[in-house]
Order: sequence, then structure tokens, then C-alpha cells
Amino acid sequence: MALPQAKLDATEARLSALALPEGGWSDPARQDALARLRAMGLPTARDEYWKYTRPDTLVTADAPAAAVLDQDDETPLFAARDRLKIVFVDGVFSAADSDDLSLEGVSVDRLAEAKDIHWAKDLYGVLEAQGQTPVARPLAALNTAFASDGVLIHVTGKVSKPINLIYRHEDSTSDAILHHVIKLDAGAEATILENGPAAARFNQCIEVDVADSATLHHIRAQGRDHERRAATHIFARLGQESTFKSFTLTVNGMLTRNEVMIDITGDDAVAHVAGACMGDGAFHHDDTIFVTHDAVNCESRQVFKKVLRNGATGVFQGKILVKPGAQKTDGYQISQALLLDGDSQFLAKPELEIYADDVACSHGSTSGAIDEEGLFYLRARGVPRGTAEDLLTIAFIAEAVQEIEDESLQEELVERVAAWLARRRS
Amino acid sequence: MLEIKNLHVKLEEEDKQILKGVDLTVEAGKVHAIMGPNGSGKSTLSYVLSGKDGYEVTEGSAALEGKDLLDMDVEERAAAGLFLAFQYPVEIPGVGNMTFLRTAVNAQRKARGEEEMSSAEFLKVIREKAKSLKIDAEMLKRPVNVGFSGGEKKRNEILQMAMLEPRMCILDETDSGLDVDAMKLVADGVNALRDSGRGFLVITHYQRLLDHIKPDVVHIMADGRIIKTGGPELALEVEKNGYADILAEVA
Repeated sequence: MALPQAKLDATEARLSALALPEGGWSDPARQDALARLRAMGLPTARDEYWKYTRPDTLVTADAPAAAVLDQDDETPLFAARDRLKIVFVDGVFSAADSDDLSLEGVSVDRLAEAKDIHWAKDLYGVLEAQGQTPVARPLAALNTAFASDGVLIHVTGKVSKPINLIYRHEDSTSDAILHHVIKLDAGAEATILENGPAAARFNQCIEVDVADSATLHHIRAQGRDHERRAATHIFARLGQESTFKSFTLTVNGMLTRNEVMIDITGDDAVAHVAGACMGDGAFHHDDTIFVTHDAVNCESRQVFKKVLRNGATGVFQGKILVKPGAQKTDGYQISQALLLDGDSQFLAKPELEIYADDVACSHGSTSGAIDEEGLFYLRARGVPRGTAEDLLTIAFIAEAVQEIEDESLQEELVERVAAWLARRRS
Repeated sequence: MLEIKNLHVKLEEEDKQILKGVDLTVEAGKVHAIMGPNGSGKSTLSYVLSGKDGYEVTEGSAALEGKDLLDMDVEERAAAGLFLAFQYPVEIPGVGNMTFLRTAVNAQRKARGEEEMSSAEFLKVIREKAKSLKIDAEMLKRPVNVGFSGGEKKRNEILQMAMLEPRMCILDETDSGLDVDAMKLVADGVNALRDSGRGFLVITHYQRLLDHIKPDVVHIMADGRIIKTGGPELALEVEKNGYADILAEVA
């Protein structure tokens, strides 16, 4: 089917500003991705999947400028932890800022160091391509074709400390395209932490292959810069008895679209994807989630909480697809917004599509104001109104935060949220 | 301690007068009980004193130790020493009981210009007080009142009262939903707090709570006014004959 002229024009305009990198082993995958992208075209406001989020500024040839936020009032997240630091500045790997990348149980390579052969060849662009049906995700195809950097992480055992991907933003017009591949061998375990605003505009794609009995924890915080824009994709494939838990905290950001596609292919696997976002004013945040159950006795949870004020917008498009034969599926999905004033809005599109007859799937979506009864109760005990509202706001996102297994990480992220709330009141 | 004069209150949303001239003085060290039939305005009195939205004071005054209560925000009243034990304690999912109490204790101390309690000190004190109310560590960790039984919620109210050490305590139907054993536990908690510097106003339907928390003065409230005041014997009279005799007597 021929694409509409407007879509063709937009796509060619964007492509004219990009050049395929010398990718070595990844070249064939990049060529394929470019062909995929040309066939589907970049998203426009007329696309059903972009009904609630305008893609314009994500697809222009140049990134809209975004002022760099001076964040001296807070120590960088995760800084106090023993971790393996991998730093990108405006989308370019910085060896000087990163740790020595050797760590037991894991190998880390740069995508940009193009050799002729690499293990990632079997995954790079492969999981992304599979994730293009039933819904097209053109910004991910664009990413596979044009990613200029990223890391290829192969986890072979139990990694002793978290791997921390840090994204600094220093140039107000940077337009970063990063692509990571994370492969966990059978029984391997790792924690990936991500933080930082990354760039004025950030296109990120992560492909994750979690083999049988492997476990991956992923905790991400998307940086405080107000004007940044981001489109991220995670494509995860889960093997038998494997576990993948991903949590994202977003505070600020003019436009963020986080897409997560999880393909559960092995029996008895567990997939949790959760997020909390805090938005004030010119803030648009979109979680688009697609979990496919294609195996028996698996559990999936989607838990998303959005705190919105002063005209901020939150979007949730979440789907659970249970394929024929995926019996004993336990699927759960909840999306909720706390609207702190009458100007903010929450748009939710929860979907269940089930082709097996022995499953338990539930979903819910709500939006509401702060609980007046709870507020009165706290104040009647002497807690000042502002503090009481903050307590209730943190309580509101608790269900999502508790999806993080490590309690010290929960606390560290909640502190950031508390600081965000305190800044709003000062 | 608490001085209420000619208090008139109507609902904000509709033109309905609930309190029609309440006069009541609770002295330090005394326990006053208010009894009365349903709809007499007992709970409204407790809400108006603690500052809940939805009520409008049309006439009269209420003062705590000489300070005008009606002019203060809810949290200022609490910091000034007013405490309301709720008839229906509110569940607050996501906020841990301990976090809530420490925040409250320290917010009040801060408001009064006192030093905040350290975590260690707070833990020591709360453990001790929780123990006497048979509140275990698990209950302290759980979100405020979430999944608590009726009795646990009321014990939790008394624990908050013990931690906050208010000057004036209002207990709004604290006996509702309690079995005999739970009522005894709650009453013991209240009695432990009785001292010469603290006043109590116990709102109840039934005399049985007053067997455990012995009042100095008993008031009967009906149709937004206090219609009769007496000693503990008044509560016994109500228990025996109901409100009908008293209502008829003053009518």
C-alpha cells in the first residue's frame, strides 16, 4: 500500500539529515531497518497509534533546542552505589568518564566500534523487527538504521554490581540516537541502571534477550531537563522461567514516549513493567506498552502512575495479548493519574486481547484528585497541608515504585520525587 | 481548656442549621462526655472544632486555652494541642504508619518551635506506647489503617494520641465497632493519658464506654444544643430510660 504523500515527505525530510554510519557487522541489519522504515514511513498525527501524542517534534530533521539544566542542587542519581559506570555525553560514549569496562560475568562492547563479526549480530535489529507487528514502530526502525553509538552487553553469570548507563546532556541542540543490545545467558543475572537527560532529543532503542532462568532488573530515571524530548523503545524476549522487571521514573521533559514490547516465549516467565512520572506544565508523557504471552503459566504486570499538574498531559496505551495456547496466563494492568488541578489530563487506552480460555487477566484505569479525607486526616494530626499533599502523592505512586525489587533503589527514587515536589512548593 | 460559646453551625452546601447555640467548657484534668440521639450534632461539633471543610460557623466562638480555634488551619489546631480520635479513621494506602506518625510528631514540634524527635528516640517511644496498646511491629509498618480491623483502627487512634500528647482530646464514638475486650484496651489507653493538664471530651451513644472511661461531667445533646448537664449518674439514667424522658423533661 502506498504511503500518503505527507508521510513520504516527512520521512524523506528526516532521512535527508541522517547518514548511515559505517556499521561493520551491523550494516546488513541497518540496511534492512532503513528499508522497513521507508516502507512504513515516520509517524504523523493521523496515525492511530499516535492519536494522543503528537510526533512532529520527534521526526523533524533537526532537534528542537533544549536548554541544558544545571543540576547542582542534587547529587547525580546512583552516585553513591558501587556500580560499573558507562557514560554517554550527548549520545557519544565517553571513555574518560566511564569505568574500565571489564567486570566478571559480563562483557561490554561499543556499538560504534564496528568489527566484522560480533555476537550481537543475531539480535541487533532482530527483536526490533519482530516488534514491528502488529503495530509499526517506525522510530525504532530509524534507530536501528542510524544509531551512532550504544553498548552491547553480554551477561554470562551473576554480575556483582549494577551496570549504570549515564546520559549527560551538554549541547542544547544535540540529537542522539543510541541502540543497546543486552543478552543474558541461561541463569545469568544483572541489574541495569539508566539515568540522565541524554540530549535535546533522544531516540533510544534497547533490545533485550533474557534466556531461560535468567533475570534482568532495569531501573531508569529520565533526567530533569525541562525541554528535552525522547522516544525510547525496549524490545524484550523472555525465555523459560526468566524474569524481566523494568521501572522508569520520569520527572519533567517536554515530550517523552516510552514504548516497551515484551514477548514472553518461554513457560513460567515473569515480566513486570512499571513507571511513575511527575509532570508540571508543558509536559507530555506517553507510556505505550505491549506484552505478548506466547507461553504457558506466565505472569505479567503493567503498573503506571502519573502525577500531573498545571496542564500536564499523561498518556497510557497498554495491551496484553494472550496468544492461543498461552494457558494459565496471569496478566495485570493498571494505569492511574493523580490530577493536581483541573487543567491537566490523562488519556488512557487499556487493551486486552485473549485467545486462550484458561487465563486470569485484569485491568483498570482511573484518574482523580488528591483524597480530601486523607488530607484532612493528616492535617488533623498536625501535618501541614503541603507536606500532607506530598505524602499522599508519594503514596499514590507507591504501587509502581514497589515494582522495583531492591528497596534501597525504591528509597533513592522516592527521594527524587520528594525533592521534585518540594521544589514545586518552594 | 476548651471553651465553646453559643456556637451556631450550618452546612456550607445547604441551608441546614446543625448546631444551634452550644455552650460547653471543659476544664484541664476533667473528662466531659457528650451523649445524645442520632443527628443531635455530636459529630458535627467534633468536626467543626478540628476544622473540617463543609461547615460554616454563623455565630459564637470556640477557644483552646484562650486561643481562637475557629481562626486556625486544621494543622494549626493540632499543633495547638487539639486532637480528634476519628469515628471512622481514614485509610491511607502507601503511607507507612510509622512515617505518618513521625511526620506528624515532628511537624507539631516544629510548629511549636520545639526540637524535632530523632529517629532513634521516636522508635524507642513508639515501641513502648504501641506495646501497651497491643500494636505489634507489623501494624506499625503497614500503611495507615489499611487492612486494619475496626478495633485495630481505634487502637491506632489512641496510639497517635499517646504519641502526640495533645492538651485537649476529643473522642468521637471511639466505642463504635469495638467488642468488650477491645473497648477495655482502648479505655485503658485513654485512662493512661488522663492527667491534670489535659482535657477530654468523649462523644458516645452508649453508657458502656463510660464504665471504662469515668467522666466527671455528662452532657446530653439534642437538636444542636446541650439540653442537660449533670454528673456520671446522668449517663446511667440514659442507659436505663433512653433519651425520651430527658427530651420530654426539657421540652
